[in-house]
Amino acid sequence: MMLDDFLVRAALAGLGTALAAGLLGCFVVWRRMAYFGDATAHAAILGVALSLAFHLSVLTGVAAVALVMALIIFALSERGHGMDTVLGVLAHGGLAAGLVAVALIPGARINLDAYLFGDVLTVTRLDLAVIWGGALLVAVVLWSRWSAMLTATLSPDLAYAAGIDPRREQLVLTLMLAAVVAVALKVVGALLITALLIIPAAAARNFARTPERMAALASALGALAALGGLRLAMWFDTPVGPTVVCVAAGLFALGTLAGQVRTMRG
Amino acid sequence: MSLLSATGIAAAHDGQVVLHDVSLALEPGEIVTIVGPNGSGKSTLLRVLISALKPLRGKVTRAPGLRIGYVPQRLHIDPTLPITVRRFLNLPHGVADPDATTALEHAGVPGVAGQQMASLSGGQFQRVLLARAILGRPQVLMLDEATQGLDQPGSAAFYRQIEAVRAELGCAVLMVSHELHVVMSASDRVICLNGHICCEGTPEVVSAAPAYRELFGTGTGGALALYRHTHDHDHDHDHPHPEIEAAE
Repeated sequence: MMLDDFLVRAALAGLGTALAAGLLGCFVVWRRMAYFGDATAHAAILGVALSLAFHLSVLTGVAAVALVMALIIFALSERGHGMDTVLGVLAHGGLAAGLVAVALIPGARINLDAYLFGDVLTVTRLDLAVIWGGALLVAVVLWSRWSAMLTATLSPDLAYAAGIDPRREQLVLTLMLAAVVAVALKVVGALLITALLIIPAAAARNFARTPERMAALASALGALAALGGLRLAMWFDTPVGPTVVCVAAGLFALGTLAGQVRTMRG
Repeated sequence: MSLLSATGIAAAHDGQVVLHDVSLALEPGEIVTIVGPNGSGKSTLLRVLISALKPLRGKVTRAPGLRIGYVPQRLHIDPTLPITVRRFLNLPHGVADPDATTALEHAGVPGVAGQQMASLSGGQFQRVLLARAILGRPQVLMLDEATQGLDQPGSAAFYRQIEAVRAELGCAVLMVSHELHVVMSASDRVICLNGHICCEGTPEVVSAAPAYRELFGTGTGGALALYRHTHDHDHDHDHPHPEIEAAE
């Protein structure tokens, strides 16, 4: 059977993650939520520690802690603080607390690298089901609320006047971010999840004239980076997660150059 | 029944109470202008009326199913967000191509549908915002300093467009402005705001009211009469224009 091959499972995991991250990543870029993504993703390490301590599945622990972190940030942003600094504190404080917590758990011998940088080659069928389930959930939720979210992103006041509550849209995006963190942890690891959110979206910006095309293109470029990164990692025997992000960054550089050339030609 | 009414509104902006005891009602088809100096709570009041801001006290009542078209003061579109004019007009609900074309014509910007929002001039941008607002067939059109950044002929033309839209759609118009002499000429009713409602009535009544003259000086009275008679022509730009900002 095809799924018996670890490379096929890895490729499918990468594709599922790229789909969800590409769509959500556009909103992260448009709304300047990169630090928001970092804080939520870094909290995943704390989730790993808690799931070891309480003998939960890693997925449960990571999803729960990412969700709590996302909701904390949502509540803080409601109060309109200078968010940059607070998010920086949360992102790095959360990561440090997770690393300390993992070290404190007695008898736990885990390969922390797998959670920091991903370990897509050991993806199981159950992992695949979680990744694709999560990715489809994110895609369906975003698609069904797309217009309301886009209006709220352009201007909260325009949304209010049209009877859309922009805070509700922000909350849904927050929940989706936690879902993507849970989905992507196995593929690229906590440290590079934000990269998978923003780099394909940023690369897609160079070629898109509408928000929808940018989102579709971001997903496609993310998928290309996932497959290309997997292939290159096999060739050069490098870690898959960072290689995928390197390919995505390469695509961004190429896209930006091509965009510049096109602008110069008018 | 009024389309929209507010009673005893008090509201805060940045933690400061900027509005108190404001009551107003908007009737079908009328053009009402809210004037007032900077910081008088004009924009805050509009945000309360579109439910973007919860009042500290008081209550806003809307006719059931009221459709509001809102034109914000300015709209910053993040440069990372590509969007064509045509796509923008589809927010929040999709509209048919012929309707979009007609709306752009009515707003005075035919033929920009394929352009990026970011490539529009200030005046074109505001007109596209207006086109989007009228596509929802609004019963109330609300404009918040919609002509900021336009020069005087530009904003005069913009307000003539508003009158044309009102004639076409029969909607009520509620707008906020500091450009008294341009705006008031097109209004049925003027509300002079400075934390509370200082005075209100027809443009003639308000411009003669002591409370209004205290806020804006007397210089605008003559200009108002002038514009009242000539605002559908373009030849009046050689008259000296008393600058309202100077009086603030």
